[in-house]
Amino acid sequence: MNSRLIHLTVNGKSHEVAVAPNAVLLHTLRDLGYTDVKNGCEIGECGACAVFLNGEAVNSCMVLAWQADHAEIVTNAGLGTMDKPHPIQEAFADAGAIQCGFCTPGMVISTKALLDRNPDPTEEEIREALSGNLCRCTGYGQIVEAVRLAAERLRRSSSSPASSLREAADDVTALGEQGPSQHEERGEPHSDARILPVSEQKEVR
Amino acid sequence: MMERVQPKPLPPHNLPELRQVGKPLRRVDALGKAVGATVYAADYSMPNMLHAKVLRSTVPSARITRLDVSKAHALPGVVCILTNEDAPNAKLNTDMPGQTGKKARSGSDAPVLAKDVVRYVGEPIALVAAESLALAEQALGLIEIDYDELPGVYSPEEALKPGAPILFEPDNAVARWKIRKGNLEAGMAEADVIVESTFKMPFLEHCYLEPDAGVGWVDEQGVINIRVATQVVEHFRSVARALGVPQNRIRIRGTMVGGGFGSKEDITVEIFLALLARVTGRPVKLVYTREEVFTSTAKRHPFTITHRTGVKRNGKITAAQINMIADSGAYPYLSPYVLLYATGMAAGPYKIDNLHVDSVAAATNRTFTSAFRGFGGPQAAVGYEQQMDEIAKALGMDPLAVRRANYMTTGDTTGTGQVIGSAVWPEECLTRAIAALGERTPDTPTRKIGRGFSSTFQSYGRITWFHDTSHAWVGIEMDGTVVIRCGVPDIGAGQSNSLCQIVAEILGVPLAQVTIYATDSAVTPLAGTSTATRQLYMSGNAVTMAADHVRKTLVGRAALEFGVSEEQVDLADARAFVKGDESTSIPFPDLVTKCAAEGLELAHLSQFNAPFTNGIDPETGQGDIWPDFTFGAQAVEVAIDLETGQIELLKSAACHDVGRAINKAAVIGQIAGGSHQGLGYALMEDHEFNGGVPRTTSFADYLIPTTVDFPTTEVIVLESGTGVGPFGAKGIGEPALTPAAPAVANAVADALGVRIPELPFTPKRVLEAIDKRRQKKDG
Repeated sequence: MNSRLIHLTVNGKSHEVAVAPNAVLLHTLRDLGYTDVKNGCEIGECGACAVFLNGEAVNSCMVLAWQADHAEIVTNAGLGTMDKPHPIQEAFADAGAIQCGFCTPGMVISTKALLDRNPDPTEEEIREALSGNLCRCTGYGQIVEAVRLAAERLRRSSSSPASSLREAADDVTALGEQGPSQHEERGEPHSDARILPVSEQKEVR
Repeated sequence: MMERVQPKPLPPHNLPELRQVGKPLRRVDALGKAVGATVYAADYSMPNMLHAKVLRSTVPSARITRLDVSKAHALPGVVCILTNEDAPNAKLNTDMPGQTGKKARSGSDAPVLAKDVVRYVGEPIALVAAESLALAEQALGLIEIDYDELPGVYSPEEALKPGAPILFEPDNAVARWKIRKGNLEAGMAEADVIVESTFKMPFLEHCYLEPDAGVGWVDEQGVINIRVATQVVEHFRSVARALGVPQNRIRIRGTMVGGGFGSKEDITVEIFLALLARVTGRPVKLVYTREEVFTSTAKRHPFTITHRTGVKRNGKITAAQINMIADSGAYPYLSPYVLLYATGMAAGPYKIDNLHVDSVAAATNRTFTSAFRGFGGPQAAVGYEQQMDEIAKALGMDPLAVRRANYMTTGDTTGTGQVIGSAVWPEECLTRAIAALGERTPDTPTRKIGRGFSSTFQSYGRITWFHDTSHAWVGIEMDGTVVIRCGVPDIGAGQSNSLCQIVAEILGVPLAQVTIYATDSAVTPLAGTSTATRQLYMSGNAVTMAADHVRKTLVGRAALEFGVSEEQVDLADARAFVKGDESTSIPFPDLVTKCAAEGLELAHLSQFNAPFTNGIDPETGQGDIWPDFTFGAQAVEVAIDLETGQIELLKSAACHDVGRAINKAAVIGQIAGGSHQGLGYALMEDHEFNGGVPRTTSFADYLIPTTVDFPTTEVIVLESGTGVGPFGAKGIGEPALTPAAPAVANAVADALGVRIPELPFTPKRVLEAIDKRRQKKDG
């Protein structure tokens, strides 16, 4: 199978990457080092791999990588960092909505998608919006609470500068490109991901 | 069922308000998880790393007549293929580390790679390591294998019949337990009514969101390192045994675990990675697919439980005879112990003087069953709590009144004769759960409302003849920040955070000033397994002991500084001060500097030992089994659509005595989450087999609760302060799940007027029950 070179912008950072025709975006993103995108089922049932693809929340396991050519992707790690968490991320931490944490990145993405279009959702709307994200730990009560808390905080600070995806991603990039570099900070060399600056893209072939 | 219930008043108990413990503080692990910074096992990569896959059996019972890996080997990029020939002595010894006083079970060892015979669909046969995952997958397809199918057994009842194919000699009975207490015949003779019922429950899959994963490599000392999502870093011993290397040559580095619920208590990828890393000399990564998680990791034991209970007209039980049959699947794993839990808790939180229990777990050609949150306790509860309602029905009594007539109280003994020393609050819990439901929803012509509840108990802490221990190290740094080193695996329930919150309380620092290093078998003191609802109890007590030592140093030195007695000194906000005169104080950096200059002990390693017992009498089943018990209850209201058979859960409330909540938000999360799993057990989940072939191998086939299936369970937390954990805490991880399913079962029976004997209550079974009731009425 011939690889094909595609261009992705992930969390504000450009990538040129060779992908097989059957490569799934989930794996491509994880191979690039965006391991906050979680692989839970690979059939679009659990929502752990949710990302924004050109502003729309999708399960990245249901998208072929080449379909995302020239797309702008934002993952959960692109929304905030330990030093500057996104209000939704902060609300999940504060509300006790996180136990094992494996579903959390996808939950945050689905929450952002909801609150972007509906800043004051009812409990029913929250539950409907998160119905594609499985959590086995919490029973969902504190997650619903986190979404409500995030909505309230976002409404209170609706003048917040980082309200759009693009701006949030820019913030992250400015803070030191949190995506792939996390691995180096943790002392685990990360060699299999083909992360190349755009200028070296030809070598990927 | 009683519509208005007054909560039973609590006995006087006085828990002092603490500064950190009990507060719903943000967990120390929460923010990293929120922003996606937490690195899970499958997220790790290493230079020069290979990718592994496992070839698994596609048939449930067969002789392997041909296994040819040559074509797969010839594929460029394939580095290594291992079969049983390459590791003939590699066996998976499933006995738990630290276990003594009990002989190893014969026939319990599963070959790491199948030799000649396969016994279940999904059994590992060969390992492939290749330069990429795609190549490893391609290589799997090139391995040629022929089977000669053998007769198999596909239910425990079948397995125990004479002439059934035997999985392991001498017979398929993997384990048996019995309880003989009092005089059964005399008790039955005393009874006015004898009630007999049988209840069945299915296989379940844990459905943690994170598929099993790990990376293995050989380090510069020749030590095999395995970074893995596990509940048990002490499995380094089992890995060493399987590989035939000394135990100090294997290092397990646990990761944050994306949910375990018991399944990551057993070895998963560890031995595969160790073998491949040793042979290739390169790092190797193995991540299970969701399908592999379904076919090839542990399941919850299906049970069939029969109760025969003698009762007086006033509801008092005079005798109980309980039979249990469990499916252990193709290898024993933890079945003997799961069965012991079910046996020991078979009679529920009730005082029954004349009791017989007989239980057996039988081998079948289906996926092996092992630990799953509750470890047999929930199955027992599905039995005894439905039986209590059947007794009430037979006597025409209120189900709460029947329970009240039989509840144990503090100082009473369990079915195995164990005295419970902590608060025994089943009624205190149940009455509060019932009261929380509020007004009953009215029926409509097509929708029948039912209410049900359950009252349960569940052990916490491991079996006491396992001689369980936990170690923890606590130290204070020169700047007054605190470090904990403790080998506790954090499986998401807040194991690490609880330890941090306890130490923050004892040493008087804000939670943010405590850092924990955890779950590494080589560098963090061994803390035992994150199983059996034992970490808060065991490691909580270990960090308490260690932190108390450090506190003593700080308080002693500060007392000297202030010229007061030690009793007059307290620690808070990272400083020592005189009680009642907080202006006389010294900040920790200054205090620690003085201690260090004088060589005082600023760090301490402690070992906490659980009570050690010698096991139960094999003939009578009498003796102590567990350190202590948590009592809980749940009440639910359901609406049943009489036309479609759909059950809608309208309300759910659970109440548990947790002894002491270390983090209130975390406790609520445990109970609400455990409840949801239990509700799924009753209403949705069923890991089905067609003979020996699993039929539900994805989240599309095996449904677990989503945000829209059930309302969140209302949680009521009681704190008796009487548990054997730190600050009087009891365990809550497993007990949280136990009462949910039987409460639903009783609500469904209340609505329908007949009992559906088998979980889960699918629309099909509900409609069958409605038909049966109609026929009964018509006939």
